[in-house]
Amino acid sequence: MNRLKRRTFLKGSLATGALAIAAGSGLLRPTEVLAASWPKDAFAGKDLQSAIQALFGSSDTQDSNAIDIKAPLQAENGAVVPVSATVSLPDVEGIGIFVEKNPSTLATAVSLSGASAYYSARIKMGKTSPVHVVVKSKGKLYSAKKTIKVTVGGCGG
Amino acid sequence: MARLTKVKTRPKGNETEILVLVNHPMETGNRVDKKTKEKIPAHFIQKMTFKVNGKQVAEADLGTAVSQNPLIGVRVKNAKKGAKVEVSWTDNKGEQGSANATV
Repeated sequence: MNRLKRRTFLKGSLATGALAIAAGSGLLRPTEVLAASWPKDAFAGKDLQSAIQALFGSSDTQDSNAIDIKAPLQAENGAVVPVSATVSLPDVEGIGIFVEKNPSTLATAVSLSGASAYYSARIKMGKTSPVHVVVKSKGKLYSAKKTIKVTVGGCGG
Repeated sequence: MARLTKVKTRPKGNETEILVLVNHPMETGNRVDKKTKEKIPAHFIQKMTFKVNGKQVAEADLGTAVSQNPLIGVRVKNAKKGAKVEVSWTDNKGEQGSANATV
């Protein structure tokens, strides 16, 4: 069991390392990485800061009330939590949904090229956690968060 | 194996919402098979692209934290009636799927 875990971990970190080298050596600029392939290192980020850093190239976020997160206060089933975000900021380039206490913090992200600043998805949540929505607008990062309670066991509390 | 992919559009004020539903297990790779005690390999959608009249309007990256049978929504402005919406996806095993709809 332990060995299995170590093996997958090694595999994961190797692949992430290769991508990081490619990004670091200037072969691929972060935006190109985002557009060209699945951002593996962003999804591998274990904490909020590093996941945001890997996805948007910076973790310097600013709290904003222009981001409207629609999500249940309490989710009875953590396997299906509907979350949607409406953003009233100009020139939104990307929206990312991060669940702070999930094994991999980044749940999903979208890069927009013409669509309105809106994104919705159904996500999985391991336990009660703040859900952060990070938005890139005019090269700056804005974020908002909402805590969603997850009741495991299905009694509904 | 072709998976069922559905695209629906609906008006939202002066915008149009594009909703995509894919019949997909979205396996995280962390679950263990109770009978064999082996890990179930990860199997999830990674990329989803949205096109309106052939022009890409959005591209979504999905992780393992997206629920089973994901329902993803984006909105577009000024989509005229009869505009063609095309959504395609690929997963980590190279499976692909796409679906079309008209506004």
